[in-house]
Amino acid sequence: MAAEPLPAGDPAEPLISARGLVKTFGDFTAVDAIDVDVRPGEAFGFLGPNGAGKSSTMKMIGCVSPPSAGSLRIMGLDPATHGPAIRARLGVVPQRDTLDEELTVEENIWVYGRYFGLSRSEVRRRAAELLEFAQLAERSRSVVEPLSGGMKRRLTIARALVNQPRILLLDEPTTGLDPQARHVLWDRLFRLKREGVTLVLTTHYMDEAEQLCDRLVVMDHGRIVAEGSPRSLIEEHSTREVLELRFDSDDHREHLAAVDGVADRVEVLPDRLLLYTADGESAQAELGRRGVEPLSSLVRRSTLEDVFLHLTGRTLVD
Amino acid sequence: MATDVGTRTAGTSRAAPARGGGWRSVTEHWLTQYRRVWVGSAISSFLTPLLYLAGMGYGLGALVDGASGGIDGVPYVLFVAPGVLAATAMQVAAGETTFSVIGAIKWQRFYEGMLATPLGVRDVVRGHMAYVLVRLVVACGIFLAVAALLGLVRSPWGLLALPVAVLGGMAFAACCYAYSAGLSNDQGVTLLFRFVVMPMQLFAGTFFPIEQLPGWLQPVAWVTPLWHAVDACRDLVLGTVTPGPLLGHLAYLGVWLVVGLLLSERVLRRRMVI
Amino acid sequence: MARSLPLPAGAGMARMLVERNYRSFRRTWTVLVSGFFEPVFFLFSMGVGIGALVGDVEVGVGRTVPYAVFVAPALLAASAMNGAVFDSTTNVFFKLKYARLYDSVLATPLGPRDVAVGEITWALLRGLVYSGAFLVVAALAGAVTTWTALLAVPAATLIGWAFASIGMATTTYMRSWADFDFVQLAILPMFLFSATFYPLSTYPPALQWVVQATPLYHGVAMVRDLMLGTVDQGILVHVAYLAAMGAIGTVWTSRRIASLLLR
Repeated sequence: MAAEPLPAGDPAEPLISARGLVKTFGDFTAVDAIDVDVRPGEAFGFLGPNGAGKSSTMKMIGCVSPPSAGSLRIMGLDPATHGPAIRARLGVVPQRDTLDEELTVEENIWVYGRYFGLSRSEVRRRAAELLEFAQLAERSRSVVEPLSGGMKRRLTIARALVNQPRILLLDEPTTGLDPQARHVLWDRLFRLKREGVTLVLTTHYMDEAEQLCDRLVVMDHGRIVAEGSPRSLIEEHSTREVLELRFDSDDHREHLAAVDGVADRVEVLPDRLLLYTADGESAQAELGRRGVEPLSSLVRRSTLEDVFLHLTGRTLVD
Repeated sequence: MATDVGTRTAGTSRAAPARGGGWRSVTEHWLTQYRRVWVGSAISSFLTPLLYLAGMGYGLGALVDGASGGIDGVPYVLFVAPGVLAATAMQVAAGETTFSVIGAIKWQRFYEGMLATPLGVRDVVRGHMAYVLVRLVVACGIFLAVAALLGLVRSPWGLLALPVAVLGGMAFAACCYAYSAGLSNDQGVTLLFRFVVMPMQLFAGTFFPIEQLPGWLQPVAWVTPLWHAVDACRDLVLGTVTPGPLLGHLAYLGVWLVVGLLLSERVLRRRMVI
Repeated sequence: MARSLPLPAGAGMARMLVERNYRSFRRTWTVLVSGFFEPVFFLFSMGVGIGALVGDVEVGVGRTVPYAVFVAPALLAASAMNGAVFDSTTNVFFKLKYARLYDSVLATPLGPRDVAVGEITWALLRGLVYSGAFLVVAALAGAVTTWTALLAVPAATLIGWAFASIGMATTTYMRSWADFDFVQLAILPMFLFSATFYPLSTYPPALQWVVQATPLYHGVAMVRDLMLGTVDQGILVHVAYLAAMGAIGTVWTSRRIASLLLR
């Protein structure tokens, strides 16, 4: 009994399609004419620092914030006219949990499921499954308030799945969680992806984007500055390896001359130099021959952090 | 099993209805939450009016009746009971549409959760108000029943005091909701209670006829929804009701209710849909 | 050793917390200042409305006073209680549970005793200002007849201390906002039945004993004695009752803060 004739899942047809999407608040432009396509079944990321416009974009996709200009289609529908129908097929995990802390874990899912018009018995059945999935089955009768941050986050995700959404929107899903809780959460999100749920997430964590996303856009000041898979972005905007050098010095620019010509590109950060090169170890050896002696030197693989640094000249988390 | 949580997501057969659970599911949320706190709330909303009835009606009543033989020949406790009924409705109304509204917008962020589902702003407001309606009917119903058992309802028309008190409560609740939905913090709520709710209880005819107020204050009492609710309830309970004034009171409260509802939706939409 | 001491540690720096509250007050002054109007509205309502219905009230052998004069001291005492309870329950609960203010306070040299003393002192200062202002209004309304009424201000402060300290101790046991309905259950009957709105003699003798056991009764009786100029040795009983309550509450609060936050 599908209540609304939603378009069939044509794999070629994007689930979310934005053209020239703009969001302004008074004089401030939060999202500045972005184009985005999200295909069915993929995990798509919006990557960027705080204030880049990720959350505003997510709110527009979630049909709770009308676009200021441009076009936006979600599952082929226009949010302006079909908001409720679209939201019926979305799961939303907001940046801050919106759980009802005075209710129990299972009651939170029941009540939320009722918002979607699901019957009481259906809601109870799904809640049992979802709590199993979220590894909260033992806590189903405890009140939410004393749960740990990771548990609350998993409950929020379980709750967002109660309507069996086609698209799950996650706004900074692991911000504020400890490393172990993050890994548990990533594992759950992998499972969802395998089961065919389209994931759309924002993050300012590089490792999260690399772990979860098939494809992502890098946002800065409301614009998209790059787009592609994590691997292709790294290949395109960075080198295979990075040599990090720390010197006993207040201003690392003093050491630029010493490393001149060793790498393809050098970035200066307040506390270190980043040397971009295909082969970090031979660059290290070359510096040794020149008699350059940093406090520490480290060769690592390029990450999205480096991509972001290259594209915007700024670090992501400051 | 646990792992098939998402597999049916692309399927269509058991999808959620596109229109969602409507305002009823919002009411359900508030009622579910109320189940958890009802013991304490029962005390404040059921016992408070009874305590006022005892303290003012019987206690102070002894003094009043001794000094002036009641009000217009009516023993003071009979005069006060319908006043406390209508005032209770205002108190419950304000209690359920202030902190909880700001909380749902800002602190616990329930509304953000609700609006991420097919529910719209209208569902959120109406569902909340339907919950207030339930609370009002229960609180006023119990008080009226106790008052009747104590012999304080003189006329069968007194039964109608229940819907009238509830209407008064709803009218005030709708306006409190609109006010709360626009507040940025809870200081405004404290001001509402101190400068609107409490003075209204004290001066709008609950404990003494407003004719005793200085002339310039009487029009202020006329404006308050409480005075209309008190006056109508008192006439019904004492059996002195006449159709003209009663309909006038009802119409006035109806206007407050409708305007309040429209305003609430407008303010909440401006707040939540940005 | 420290465990056997009745009072948990403090650094004698409670005033720092008072100062913090003062800073916060400057941003939320409308709420606090508006609290002053509550007893004034009551006085006006009772004086104008009920006074006309009741006429004069007998306050001693053969002495009667207008109803407003009778009820004003009770309103002063009751508002001292209400203000103290509000400050020490709702406000403190928020700081304890949501703002987590005390967690950060206790990370400094300040100890639990400083928290207890600081918060209670703040409640008292506020009460002092309120009761002073109310006395002025009562005087303007002609409800003050004797110079001993000036002592009603420190008396109201004593009431505030008694209730603020017990209130704050109780708050440390609260689990959620819903529990505050139970505070209401304790406060409202006292407000209505502690010989506030009508004389003790209105009650049958058996009930008079119950009324006389409540703390607000002693507060009302004390302030009424002072404002009507009928002070005798009996007032010492009232003062002793409230002072004992305040002392017990202060010690209890600081121990509770210590056991809650210094685990």
